Amino acid sequence: MEDTAEGRGLYDPREDRDACGVGFVAHAKGSASREIVRDALRLLQGLSHRGAVGCDPHTGDGAGILLQVPHTFFKRELASIGVRLPAAGAYGVGMLFLPNDPGERRACELTIETIVAEEGRTILGWRDVPVDPSAIGDLARRTAPTVRQVFIPRGTTGDEAFERKLYVLRRQIENAIGTRAGFHVASLSARTIVYKGMVTPEQLPAFYADLRAPDLTSALALVHSRFSTNTLPTWSRAHPYRFLCHNGEINTLRGNLNWMHVREACMKSPLFGDDLHKLYPIIAEDQSDSACLDNAIEFLLRGGRSLPHAVAMLIPEAWEGNPHMDLDRRGFCEFHGAMMEPWDGPALIAFTDGRVIGGTLDRNGLRPARWLVTDDDLVVLASEAGALELDPERIIEKGRIQPGQMFLVDTRVGRVMHDAEIKRDLASRKPYRAWVAANRVGLDELPEPLGVAHTEHEDLVRRQAAFGYTAEELSMILTPMAATGEEPVGSMGNDTPLAVLSHEPQLLFNYFKQLFAQVTNPPIDPIREQLVMSLSVNIGPRTNVLGERPEHARHIRVKSPILTNVALEKIRAMGKADPRFKCKTLRTVFPAAGGGKAFHLALEAMCRKASQAVHEGHTLIVLSDRGVSADWAPLPSLLATAAVHHHLVREGLRTEVGIIVESGEPRDVSQFALLIGYGAGTVNPYLALETLGALARAGRLPNLVDEATAETKFIKAVEKGLLKVISKMGISTIQSYCGAQVFEAIGLGPKLVDRYFTGTASRIGGIEIAQLAEETLRRHSAAFRRPLPVDRLELGGNYHYRNQAEHHNWNPLTISALQQAARTNSGERYAEFARLVNDESKHPSTLRGLVEFVEREPVSIDEVEPAAEIVKRFATGAMSFGSLSREAHETLAIAMNRIGGRSNSGEGGESAERLGTERNSAIKQVASARFGVTTEYLVSARELQIKMAQGAKPGEGGQLPGHKVDAVIAKTRYATPGVTLISPPPHHDIYSIEDLAQLIFDLKNVNPSAMVSVKLVSEVGVGTIAVGVAKARADLILISGDSGGTGASPLSSIKHAGSPWELGIAEAHQALVVNDLRGRVRLQTDGQLKTGRDVVVAALLGAEEFGFATAPLIAQGCVMMRKCHLNTCPVGIATQDPVLRAKFAGAPEHVVNYLFLVAEEARAIMARMGFRALDEMIGRSDLLRARDLSGHWKARTLDLRALLHRPNVAATVATRRVRSQDHPIDSVLDRQLIDAAEPALERRRAVRRSFAIRNHDRTVGAMLSGEVAKRYAAAGLPDGTIRFAFTGSAGQSFGAFCARGITLSLEGEANDYLGKGLSGGRLIVVPPKAARYDPAQTIVVGNVALYGATSGEAYLHGMAGERFAVRNSGAVAVVEGVGDHGCEYMTGGVVVVLGKTGRNFAAGMSGGVAFVLNEDHAFERQCNTGMVALEAVEDDEDVTLLERLIRRHARYTGSGRARRLLASWGASFAQFVRVMPTEYKRALEAQGARHVESIERAIGDLTVHPARGQRQWA
Amino acid sequence: MGLTDFIQIRRADPIRRSVAERTRDWRELYEQSSDETLRAQGGRCMDCGVPFCQGDTGCPVQNVIPEWNALVKADRWREAAVALHATNNFPEFTGRLCPAPCESACVLGVIEQPVAIRSIEQAIADRAIGEGWVPARPPDRETGYRVAVVGSGPAGLAASQQLRRAGHGVVVFEKADRVGGLLRYGIPDFKMDKTVLAERVRQLADEGVVFETGVEVGVDISADTLRSEFDAVLLAGGAQAPRDLPVPGRELGGVHLAMDFLSQQNRRVAGDVIDDRLGVWAGGKRVVVIGGGDTGSDCVGTCHRQGAAEVHQLEVLSRPPMERDASTPWPLWPHKLRTTHAHEEGCAREWSISTTRLSGDRGQVTTLHGTRTDTGDEFRLDVDLVLLAMGFTGPVREGLLADLGVELTTRGAVATGADHMTSVPGVFAAGDMRRGASLIVWAIREGRDAAAAVDRYLATKASAAVASRANAAALVAGV
Repeated sequence: MEDTAEGRGLYDPREDRDACGVGFVAHAKGSASREIVRDALRLLQGLSHRGAVGCDPHTGDGAGILLQVPHTFFKRELASIGVRLPAAGAYGVGMLFLPNDPGERRACELTIETIVAEEGRTILGWRDVPVDPSAIGDLARRTAPTVRQVFIPRGTTGDEAFERKLYVLRRQIENAIGTRAGFHVASLSARTIVYKGMVTPEQLPAFYADLRAPDLTSALALVHSRFSTNTLPTWSRAHPYRFLCHNGEINTLRGNLNWMHVREACMKSPLFGDDLHKLYPIIAEDQSDSACLDNAIEFLLRGGRSLPHAVAMLIPEAWEGNPHMDLDRRGFCEFHGAMMEPWDGPALIAFTDGRVIGGTLDRNGLRPARWLVTDDDLVVLASEAGALELDPERIIEKGRIQPGQMFLVDTRVGRVMHDAEIKRDLASRKPYRAWVAANRVGLDELPEPLGVAHTEHEDLVRRQAAFGYTAEELSMILTPMAATGEEPVGSMGNDTPLAVLSHEPQLLFNYFKQLFAQVTNPPIDPIREQLVMSLSVNIGPRTNVLGERPEHARHIRVKSPILTNVALEKIRAMGKADPRFKCKTLRTVFPAAGGGKAFHLALEAMCRKASQAVHEGHTLIVLSDRGVSADWAPLPSLLATAAVHHHLVREGLRTEVGIIVESGEPRDVSQFALLIGYGAGTVNPYLALETLGALARAGRLPNLVDEATAETKFIKAVEKGLLKVISKMGISTIQSYCGAQVFEAIGLGPKLVDRYFTGTASRIGGIEIAQLAEETLRRHSAAFRRPLPVDRLELGGNYHYRNQAEHHNWNPLTISALQQAARTNSGERYAEFARLVNDESKHPSTLRGLVEFVEREPVSIDEVEPAAEIVKRFATGAMSFGSLSREAHETLAIAMNRIGGRSNSGEGGESAERLGTERNSAIKQVASARFGVTTEYLVSARELQIKMAQGAKPGEGGQLPGHKVDAVIAKTRYATPGVTLISPPPHHDIYSIEDLAQLIFDLKNVNPSAMVSVKLVSEVGVGTIAVGVAKARADLILISGDSGGTGASPLSSIKHAGSPWELGIAEAHQALVVNDLRGRVRLQTDGQLKTGRDVVVAALLGAEEFGFATAPLIAQGCVMMRKCHLNTCPVGIATQDPVLRAKFAGAPEHVVNYLFLVAEEARAIMARMGFRALDEMIGRSDLLRARDLSGHWKARTLDLRALLHRPNVAATVATRRVRSQDHPIDSVLDRQLIDAAEPALERRRAVRRSFAIRNHDRTVGAMLSGEVAKRYAAAGLPDGTIRFAFTGSAGQSFGAFCARGITLSLEGEANDYLGKGLSGGRLIVVPPKAARYDPAQTIVVGNVALYGATSGEAYLHGMAGERFAVRNSGAVAVVEGVGDHGCEYMTGGVVVVLGKTGRNFAAGMSGGVAFVLNEDHAFERQCNTGMVALEAVEDDEDVTLLERLIRRHARYTGSGRARRLLASWGASFAQFVRVMPTEYKRALEAQGARHVESIERAIGDLTVHPARGQRQWA
Repeated sequence: MGLTDFIQIRRADPIRRSVAERTRDWRELYEQSSDETLRAQGGRCMDCGVPFCQGDTGCPVQNVIPEWNALVKADRWREAAVALHATNNFPEFTGRLCPAPCESACVLGVIEQPVAIRSIEQAIADRAIGEGWVPARPPDRETGYRVAVVGSGPAGLAASQQLRRAGHGVVVFEKADRVGGLLRYGIPDFKMDKTVLAERVRQLADEGVVFETGVEVGVDISADTLRSEFDAVLLAGGAQAPRDLPVPGRELGGVHLAMDFLSQQNRRVAGDVIDDRLGVWAGGKRVVVIGGGDTGSDCVGTCHRQGAAEVHQLEVLSRPPMERDASTPWPLWPHKLRTTHAHEEGCAREWSISTTRLSGDRGQVTTLHGTRTDTGDEFRLDVDLVLLAMGFTGPVREGLLADLGVELTTRGAVATGADHMTSVPGVFAAGDMRRGASLIVWAIREGRDAAAAVDRYLATKASAAVASRANAAALVAGV
């Protein structure tokens, strides 16, 4: 592994992400015992499938355990080496990872001894921790540190003070030694100790002999099994950290780190006194997000807050969108919210200080956390139920942590505390609510200001031009926003040059690309899950986080970061009245005549003035570019903002002030997001507002929208857009987005980035201040240039092609050349096309255009592998039937099948009649909405593709409007014609990397012969993700570029999210090679590939397969209308309109011709380069070099070395796929099930069997169902043919894709994803017969049950977790209670809830029906009525349906509640509420259909026959 | 109106006046379409993501056609006029005269009849003029530079307007007695009423462009004088050298160049009196027009109005297909048979004809001898008047071009760099003179591009002057 530590290429190993299994075991009364340790280690092993191994199958990603300091054990151990320990608790133990080199080790120890002595402490002794290196993997062994413990006596110091002192000691030691040679302090405390390492859960006790000692006891133990996205030797990164283990990811880390850093300047603490500065930096460098969070918690804890208090501050629950919250509790949240921005992200945090132990979930509740309490005070919490097997009779209580909630065991008071109690205690610590009420000011409460800038100016057009406004922006961006309050939508991808390659002067904004969540954390749906989102901003200084005084609440609260002119003046006026809001306006303009020099001087002067303003006591700085004129040009607003922000950060002054940007520049969503992401608290877009005013006054806005309305709607559109941008990164609040810098720069130079955009990734260098100034000045001089009168803005041509404006790769010449080549199979016309596309000298546009091939000895073209072989590596992009017409979709499939390539179904399902024919898509996509993902669909594929993101809108969901859902599409997608279909932003079964591993495992089970691929979108860090995905055992990874097409996407996403595929494929390839995982996974790339040259460049950068989407569409006749979202495609491709579909003139031959021409061009290049086979070329980035770019004023600043870096690894490390993944499906329980079901499978004979099941038996039933579907297609077997009964705790995905004819019943409990993709089977879950708790009040299945179910039944005797029946499109379920977000995005089927629901029930539910028992009339509050109406159950058909479903439930589960309801049915049914989607109801009425029909299809005839009303079921 | 108007609404072209009516006068032959019709036609525009109509495949002046189509649809004519004039100085010319490559490139043409772009353009332009929306826009500052423009055809006029609006002093030299070049004397009035041209010329004059008519550079004023008195010279003299018919009998009476014929008629309509001895008149005659192009068609139309007894039009190339030929797929300019209004008025068209000889009686042509190139058959045709409309070979080399000593291309046009500058510094060329005979719309584009190039050239001169003044000042100051 020569090339591991340093990230010289694109891959930076520090970009590590992890996810995991978490758990703890504790004795509530604090009684320490060996059993706790033993159970914890067992629990850890029960979670081992959630961890991962890397290239070395024996080296785990990390496992560990945190215990109370085991005094008895240490006393004995130390005695044996002649050290006498003081009493329990009177000494601290440091658990240290030390260098193996004796000299270095000694040096570390000496440093420790010196620091301890300097702090007036002594060392009692050192202990060598006995370890067994033979118990762990090779890779782990090679990097294993020397583990020693150090013992430091407490002396006379008090308990808390001693812990604080140990903290101070540790930070000094860490600062003194750093991380060199693997030095790491795993723990240093008198209360807790951590044993961890780069080991698997099974290896942990084998490696550490201590853990096997009979007298090693503890009353609590925290354990963690890690799944990391790299394979680098990182012993230190194993969990637990000192206080926590974490499952999930902190999305807002960059901003959190910045803010923590700047806070250091204003912190004070009587507890630490002068020691405070010794702790700095509070968050150590180069750590994982979890370690950073651990540091932050520790700081707050040792600074005087309790552990729950610290955790609640950092990971607050969602309170703003919760009108029903207790007011004191709300006060607590508001008070702390103004003090500390949330550490946001999917998180299960299990934490302990050695006395209390607990867990909390983030506001979204995206990680599972199940707990139980036994009759002998044992408390267990874990990521999975059943991970620690216990006798069911012992269990007296069970539950799950709900979103934003906390669960605690306080061993001092000896009991379990639940969320309400914990939060009540916290909220009553101080009169937070009163403090907030007395100090906080709402913007609305401020008086109307004087001197508001008016919005009519004669020089409007010139100023617009100076800020780069174009006519196109006015018509395509601003006008629709002002008219509709929505961001405009477009289609097809981005084909304009990168900003740094454009000849046109570009706004600085255009050099940035939004980052987005994929795999390691999920994006959020800001519309359907609005309750967790917030755009509120507190304006005012940030204060000492260690303090807690009423003044901390002194803020102006603004509901949105976008300020009108009136709002801005209110704030300015407030500053005059209250010195705490003293406001300073800094002008961000420079004299145009002074050129670049004046630009730079103005920027630096502005930074100095900002410091000065802070020193003068200003708490608000307004950066204003008002006053742009012929003489004054504006600094780019983003540069001004970031420069001042980072300058103040460096000066330690940033917390003292808020930054307000008053600028003419921002007008589209991505621009506002950038300003906020780089430190602006609020933004006043005065020129955008002026522009709208002018449009409104001129009557140019649709429906003659007036000026005030235009302003309101525009701001609304920006706000919605901002929510979308932050949520695609998984961030919920604008407060934690502020300064979070979740962007990548492309084409900005290192000096510029280091100084003004510190910490931003910019991997290919680029322009510096001089070029930036030049761009500004060009715009300025064009706006105010001599005589030519300006009465009209530049056209733009950025979204739609305009001949005289920005270059587009798809233009009249390239489109017509390609079409003619494809239709006539003309090599000549193709050569013309390829020349136009490949000739980048005129229009450098893409990164691949900047490289050229290194000459080598050519070979004869006859020796090069034939085109027929090359085209087998081609795939077409995922375009759903629905976005494409049937004709276009099938044409692609036929073409690809004919050449042996693979077409992609897209996410819309596929008609059953196509399966098994030439029209069958080889790749079946599994996307977040799971449209039509049935077992039959899955078994018909050669490749199953999990779409994590889409190039044109990564991190976003989608929507197919009802008017496009015709009968055929509805059938394919298991939906109702005319009813809107929503694709959620995340896969609700993938919130983290181990979830992805689970889905891959699920798919592999259902169809073992298909490759499972994962589609990612290029962004910085995608290499890290790809490593994780390879470890999750994907067979193929697709890296999509940012420029790919789309049927509909917000324009700002098409333009500003994701990065080019060249960077993505290179980074992924480099990362996989460095981690020695490349050999087991294929890489594919796509994103506007067009020519054979593109194919060769992609191969040299690391791809072995190539995807094409736009080009094959053009070959079929697409003319880039960019109207796919309007259903008006004139050539019948992206439309469902039958008249337009009749215009389709494409044929499979066109696509075949085109792809063969591409392959032939690639062959010619291969021959010239001396390659006989594509395999020889993969990853040979050394054969690419940068072209001479000196002629281009911006491109010449680029540095492509990182892109072209070829990792220097041993010859044994594979650089292309050479072997298959090892999928652990050989010994799954389903193999036994299939054997047992043989008579049924072969002869349709009924079978019944019983099996024991454990939590590591995952995806039970899927492989069996795959066998059924292969033999009997969707029809399956007759009902009840296969009946299998299970006892125990089932692992994840129990009953996934369960096919018709199979009934799986489970006595015990199930984990997450029960019945995922249910396809006609029947699932029954009941608690253990011996259970002592009330089943109806207790959780029996985990989160996300019945996700994407298309048909079948589930009867669950007990409660289910969050997101029950999300995206259900046809299954019928009866359950006795559900968590938050129940029935979200549901489009069909019936759900009956015989109990309580969580919040946000029915969000985005457009079809199907739910019946909820509403005994306490609380349901109305819990239901999101955005798309549904709540109605009484009165219709006879409904009453009968409900009764029969409950009767079935009672029969299958024996549910007491069901029996009671039935016993008095005449009164019972009235207690139910019918949740009926309004659109669905309308559509059914229009079609004269009954909603029960779909249920009949699912489970049989439900027609009411009055004469036979009491007919028995089944 | 809905999103699929392009399918729902059929193409409607402006209506031509009846043959009987229009051949009796010299007025324009089209009737104005109604507003509703035009708005509906504008609504057929699909607002393409890649509008081929304005790309390299379409409109040479890069008219932003989708933009003004949408504005017309929205009844926002004034904005449409602004949008149209942003790229095209003289849309009322192109609206009448352009063969509309935009329409043959129109994406709607892939599946339906293309959008009626040209008639929409004309309607916008006419309305703009009628409503007074195209006032003179003199510059608000003078640069002090002077530019001579030679030739007042569409290229010269477009360049003059652009240069003047940029603040330069512009003098246009025109050897004819009226401004307009081919527009004035080449285009029959029934295709474009000359008041349309006069209106534009007045606008230019109001903006400060000085017209010197009846001045032939190289004859009345020397090239050297021009160069010394002006900071830049732009040559826009057209490609006036006609292609002749080198066959026996060419010298006979009754054999005339089309341009002589057409310009005479234009003068008549303008009220000039033509000397009968020099006059060419088709009235009562059997006319053969040689050359199947637009000029030939103009001759045919003019003959009808003069009352010719019969009109033949002969073309040397073979008869084009009725529909777009596969060799010129969309969006290329289609190779296909075009039937003009003049043909509609009556004309015997023949293709694959090679004229081998003319013979006559008493010095007056009576017979045309030809060969059918496809069959090899020979034939004779009785004629009284032969009009030669076989195109142009390039600019007239003698005189000005020779005096200036500018280099020519192998095809005889004036050679320039991409910046339109000829081999002589400060001397630029545009239009047919540079490009060879082409469309009016190309001439306008050429004029605009050349004006921009001249403007850049003058700006460089200006900064060089500033720099040299600064250097001089520095020297004086002893820096």
